[in-house]
Amino acid sequence: MDIIVCVKRVPETAEADIAIDVGGQSVADQDLAYVLNEWDNYAVEEAIGLKERLGGSVAVVTVGPEQSDEVLRKCLAMGADNAVRLTDEAFDGSDAAATARILCEAIRKMTFDLILTGVQADDDGYGHVGAALAQMLGVPHATLVIQLQVEGKRAMVHRELEGGLEEVLEIGLPAVLTIQTGINQPRYVSVMGIRKARGKEVSTLGLADIDLEAEQVGAAGSLVSLKRLSLPSVAKQAEILEGTPEEVSGALAEKLKREGVI
Amino acid sequence: MNEILVLAEHRQGEIRETTWELLSGGRSLAENRQASLTVLLLGHGAGGMAERLRSGAHSVLVADDAELENFNSGPYQRVLSHVIRQRQPVLVLMGHTACGMDLAPSLAAELDMPLVTDCIGLDLSSGTLTATRQMYGGKVNAEVACRQGEGYLATVRSGVFSEEQRAALDGEITSIESPPGLETGLKRFIEYLESPAGEVDITQADVIVAVGRGIKEAKNLEMAQDFADAIGGVLACSRPIVDKNWLPKDRQVGTSGKTVKPRLYIAVGISGTFQHIAGITGAGTIVAINRDPKAPVFNVADYGIVDDLFKVLPVLKVKLAEARGQA
Repeated sequence: MDIIVCVKRVPETAEADIAIDVGGQSVADQDLAYVLNEWDNYAVEEAIGLKERLGGSVAVVTVGPEQSDEVLRKCLAMGADNAVRLTDEAFDGSDAAATARILCEAIRKMTFDLILTGVQADDDGYGHVGAALAQMLGVPHATLVIQLQVEGKRAMVHRELEGGLEEVLEIGLPAVLTIQTGINQPRYVSVMGIRKARGKEVSTLGLADIDLEAEQVGAAGSLVSLKRLSLPSVAKQAEILEGTPEEVSGALAEKLKREGVI
Repeated sequence: MNEILVLAEHRQGEIRETTWELLSGGRSLAENRQASLTVLLLGHGAGGMAERLRSGAHSVLVADDAELENFNSGPYQRVLSHVIRQRQPVLVLMGHTACGMDLAPSLAAELDMPLVTDCIGLDLSSGTLTATRQMYGGKVNAEVACRQGEGYLATVRSGVFSEEQRAALDGEITSIESPPGLETGLKRFIEYLESPAGEVDITQADVIVAVGRGIKEAKNLEMAQDFADAIGGVLACSRPIVDKNWLPKDRQVGTSGKTVKPRLYIAVGISGTFQHIAGITGAGTIVAINRDPKAPVFNVADYGIVDDLFKVLPVLKVKLAEARGQA
């Protein structure tokens, strides 16, 4: 089967100290490392796994700057067969719907039985592109997929609901599925593996290559725009215990004992 | 129409908490512009739920169809787009839940309506919808604005609108016709599955030690288990630990895991994303140990230790065990 995975290059922020740029429109990213979006990593692994079991091909597609090639090469090293990068100044400032529109027009020119994306991106956390893309392509979708079995022209899918509950559904293919973390164990790729994947194709497309006008993409084509970023104000702050491990441990034990907690 | 429309969320015959939160928040927004507050209930044989919703809205619209009994974005979207086209509400609200995340983006694309997701604040007073949401794992707040139009769609984070005690409204129940062809979708609901019970029920524990990414490797769990044992606690974790298969799902604390209310909760190497924190709001005393002084977990903890957990735990184990012994 032919699978397309939509991926995104995002800054690694889980352990990083985030500062906001002067002007409040972006985060200061000089010291941030960029990686493949965590959810997309699981989506790529899921696609490669399906290819290994059922045969076919995996293509990865991204809307992003030239630097996204790094992330595409990782996907190729994982086992994807080819990559497409959609890059154009006109795409800057695209909201989730505009991004989905760009992906839709590029994907229309490709063959696919299944499209996977991550549930959301580590940076904006919209959780919007996958389901919007499905609507635009005219195919069904399911989000928060934690288990997937393909059976010919259908897939049996488990969606992750709240509180440990799962929803089982059957969906006709082609479809868009957004993949939740933990669905599989993404394979590790070495620097050597990424170098070896250099032979695989990365094609680049711009606005002129897809059937869209400038007013349909970028800020011009967006219904939602960012006004300002700020650091969340802290309503409550923990009592931070200072000192060596000995000192803080002693202080904490004393407080917890006095409060009858321990 | 000067109407705020809330989609009621229900599952297995119960109205979910998010619905009451949305009705509370929606009511404030409606009052600020003298708008009407309408709740839309899609289901099958849901008359009892419709009755209960009357107190929360000026109007209860009910669509009854076998295809709507269990949430399925296919038929739900058909009904919603029909209702929205007809009534043109200024704002449509859903929870940013497994339902809202599945339905809102495709609905917004179909109707070409602006959608803001996972909102922690909403404002209609400026002539368009502006919203506050978070980015970068909760480390940054973003203020976004929609292009001015006829209507807006928003999904709201759970717990943001708190249920307020207010005079009950006396909403009238109106049945609405669902559009034909709801059964022709390509997505079919099969069943719900509960996750199997494990050997330990963390929701019953008095003392919980929860580990997160900071624990770095699976082999370090042994040290964490030792620590938990020494203080009479149970070992739990945040999502990344379960994703890596280091602990089973029944140990996960958070929105897609368990909600816990221990007397003492010690978060070790956990950054404190919203999804995790949502699982510990009922905890008595929260202690957080994390190397990053800006970790959001310190915003909810009572006590914080900003240090390397590998240096702190062995010492803390001894001190707490001593304190326990003397109690």
